[in-house]
Amino acid sequence: MASIKIPTPLRVYTGNQAQVIVGGTTIGAALDDLVAQYPDLRPHLFNGGELRNFVNVFLGDEDVRFLDGLDTEIDEDASLRIIPSIAGG
Amino acid sequence: MLPIVEQLSDLSNEEIRRYSRHLIMPEVGIEGQRRLKAASVLLIGTGGLGSPLALYLAAAGIGRIGLVDYDVVDETNLQRQVIHGQASVGVLKVKSAEQRMKDINPFLQVDTYNVPLTSENALDLLAPYDVIIDGTDNFPTRYLVNDACVKLGKPNVYGSIFRFEGQLSVFYAKEGPCYRCLFPSPPPPGLVPSCAEGGVLGILPGTIGTLQATEAIKLILGIGQPMIGRMLLYDALEMSFTTLKLRKDPHCPVCGVAPEQVELIDYEQFCGMPAHDHSEYRSQNGAKENPVDEITVRELKARLDAGENPVIVDVREPHEWRIVALDGALFIPKGDIQAAKNAVLAGRKLREETVLAQIPDDREVIALCRSGVRSADAIRFLREAGYNNRLLNLKGGILAWADEIDRRLPKY
Repeated sequence: MASIKIPTPLRVYTGNQAQVIVGGTTIGAALDDLVAQYPDLRPHLFNGGELRNFVNVFLGDEDVRFLDGLDTEIDEDASLRIIPSIAGG
Repeated sequence: MLPIVEQLSDLSNEEIRRYSRHLIMPEVGIEGQRRLKAASVLLIGTGGLGSPLALYLAAAGIGRIGLVDYDVVDETNLQRQVIHGQASVGVLKVKSAEQRMKDINPFLQVDTYNVPLTSENALDLLAPYDVIIDGTDNFPTRYLVNDACVKLGKPNVYGSIFRFEGQLSVFYAKEGPCYRCLFPSPPPPGLVPSCAEGGVLGILPGTIGTLQATEAIKLILGIGQPMIGRMLLYDALEMSFTTLKLRKDPHCPVCGVAPEQVELIDYEQFCGMPAHDHSEYRSQNGAKENPVDEITVRELKARLDAGENPVIVDVREPHEWRIVALDGALFIPKGDIQAAKNAVLAGRKLREETVLAQIPDDREVIALCRSGVRSADAIRFLREAGYNNRLLNLKGGILAWADEIDRRLPKY
């Protein structure tokens, strides 16, 4: 099962979970499983079927936009993370 | 990479003694120290990130440091803004910082700009500096700093913090990606709270600010591997540092092959939020399109004194209720109201099965939070969930209550 690291601003929608274990063999399937587990996250990640453009998903250290996007295939033990926009200073 | 700064300034014997720990390292040496003295750095913001930046860059011997900040020092700043002290409360931040920097290093030139950075003044303010450091605290100014740096061909040493998390990168469009390659557009207003709303570990800006200062020195000297095309994520609770690869987006609206945006824009409108509290911009979280009715703390006090008994819902978080609260209020965090609303709208639950069961829909309800922003959101969620009764937002929140009604209450 792959893991997705959830950034602090979105943890209010995952019951404060910093990491969620998800099923699926592509990034898209993994994110679908994430929002199936935490439906309140969906509007913050997706606009219809598209990822919102302020949502950055990384597989390991690579931005999935520069891989195959939501179609990118992932291993069993893949580490995904959502990179938040934060602005504090 | 070649040093950003080509010219060298002369050092006096006193300066050579002062910088001896730099001079004995071959990576800096006398030439590097002369380069640092010839260099100019502009700090946007003299707050959490700006404090360690200004202290260390002054000590390191950067010849000219500009400070842009329009604010005055406030007691709530002192938990993290270590360049300022109790004696500086009420003093302009740029003046308080200048005084401390000149005490650390009298050989330094400090340029102070006591103005908000705007689309009108940004290019003129940034142009005379070699390196720009983004230590601001809001999205509109971050987009403005990025776009102005791209336009001027300057490196932007980026640092950003929230609660226990920090980010660091060097956005330099000549050599790699810019901020917009990663974040083409801002998150919607309200999704990511500011540090004033969400809090920040006081030490966190010390960690990220000193990393920014390190990157600025490396760029000036042309040593090591700069954070161009990489982003460091720091998590203080895990004590983890993770490095990501960033790529230049050929479709980037400002630094791509065919940029759509060649002039600076209205960044408050772009982000849907004000850049600073001196702003005329008032549209917070759809407030323009979807205003909520308000009640002032004085009106509420008068009604309570007259024996009325309205339902008051405090939508802050439990750790905030423990700091200060109004007697008789119901405590339901905004996030719980939002989750309940979503569950009801999605047909997963009936309203009676959620926290909304506690909030009546047949009599007046007054919502409150710390300053009145979250409680306005909560009222919009209740409207979406089908509440048609009179819903009022307590203007200015519990802070206004502490200011105007009961001055014994603590403010946070």
